[in-house]
Amino acid sequence: MYHKRGLWAIKAKNGGAFPKHEKKAAAAAPAEKPPKFYPADDVKKPLVNKRKARPTKLRASITPGTVLIILAGRFKGKRVVFLKQLTSGLLLVTGPFKINGVPLRRVNQSYVIATSTKVDISGVNVEKFDDKYFGKKVEKKKKKGEGEFFEAEKEEKNVLPQDKKDDQKSVDAALIKSIEAVPDLKSYLGARFSLKAGMKPHELVF
Amino acid sequence: MPFKRYVEIGRIALVNYGKDYGKLVVIVDVIDQNRALVDAPDMVRGQINFKRLTLTDIKIDIKRVPNKKTLVAALEAADVKNKWESSSWGRKLIVQKKRASLNDFDRFKIMLAKIKKAGVVRQELAKLKKETTA
Repeated sequence: MYHKRGLWAIKAKNGGAFPKHEKKAAAAAPAEKPPKFYPADDVKKPLVNKRKARPTKLRASITPGTVLIILAGRFKGKRVVFLKQLTSGLLLVTGPFKINGVPLRRVNQSYVIATSTKVDISGVNVEKFDDKYFGKKVEKKKKKGEGEFFEAEKEEKNVLPQDKKDDQKSVDAALIKSIEAVPDLKSYLGARFSLKAGMKPHELVF
Repeated sequence: MPFKRYVEIGRIALVNYGKDYGKLVVIVDVIDQNRALVDAPDMVRGQINFKRLTLTDIKIDIKRVPNKKTLVAALEAADVKNKWESSSWGRKLIVQKKRASLNDFDRFKIMLAKIKKAGVVRQELAKLKKETTA
């Protein structure tokens, strides 16, 4: 073992003796008082869990500005521009609204096909959008009397707040400019994707 | 009914199975009843079964098993690449490859172009019809 591990070479390198390292001075542990109470039975401690939550791994084909095809939901088949990935892992996406009616929206990566078409997204500021922006608004509970039931139903209608509409407009303004720079891209984004006869999805290049 | 394309030294063949699928190779020697020695500018010279080859019409002038330099020079002299790409078989393969590599956006643009072309053709046809009935 001595020759196999080359210990003779280590000794020779260090001038005839094994290299010694000094022990690191251990930091003095703070003095603990003996506990006042010892539990009768041993309590099981849960195992330590060091996992951290992080957003879903983004496919390499999806980069800011990629055109995505949405596969499910009310916008299925729509081609849409990818803006950024939110901390929850969902993708922030916009139509743009003027072109195909898809607003600023969150979409799951699994329900999306990434095409290789990219749009220039440098003029767009998406810093302010996060998951809280898209969360459901918490309404204050109102005590309803019997007679007021029908009136209350009518008021349920959600009107989109004006600031959300303005956000949509500001994001889309820069996007639409870079989209119109590419010929046919606008009508491409306005059209829905569908499989036609003879198209084999596993052989198609997106 | 008689054969027109023969296995001979210098015959260009298309590989239709295996690692080198789709490549054009030159038959530089015949090993036995089933195998040939083939070579191409971008591959190591090796044996291949005749069943994996499809013969083409193109033939170049080489001696048995030339070295790579001579082979490349002979291919250049016979202008194999241009002959192949201008033949209908070669053109078909190029179109197939192009279609397979089309992007979703490319397919959309092609659809628009087809519709446009069909519109122009239909206009001309309508014009001609009017002339003949008039």
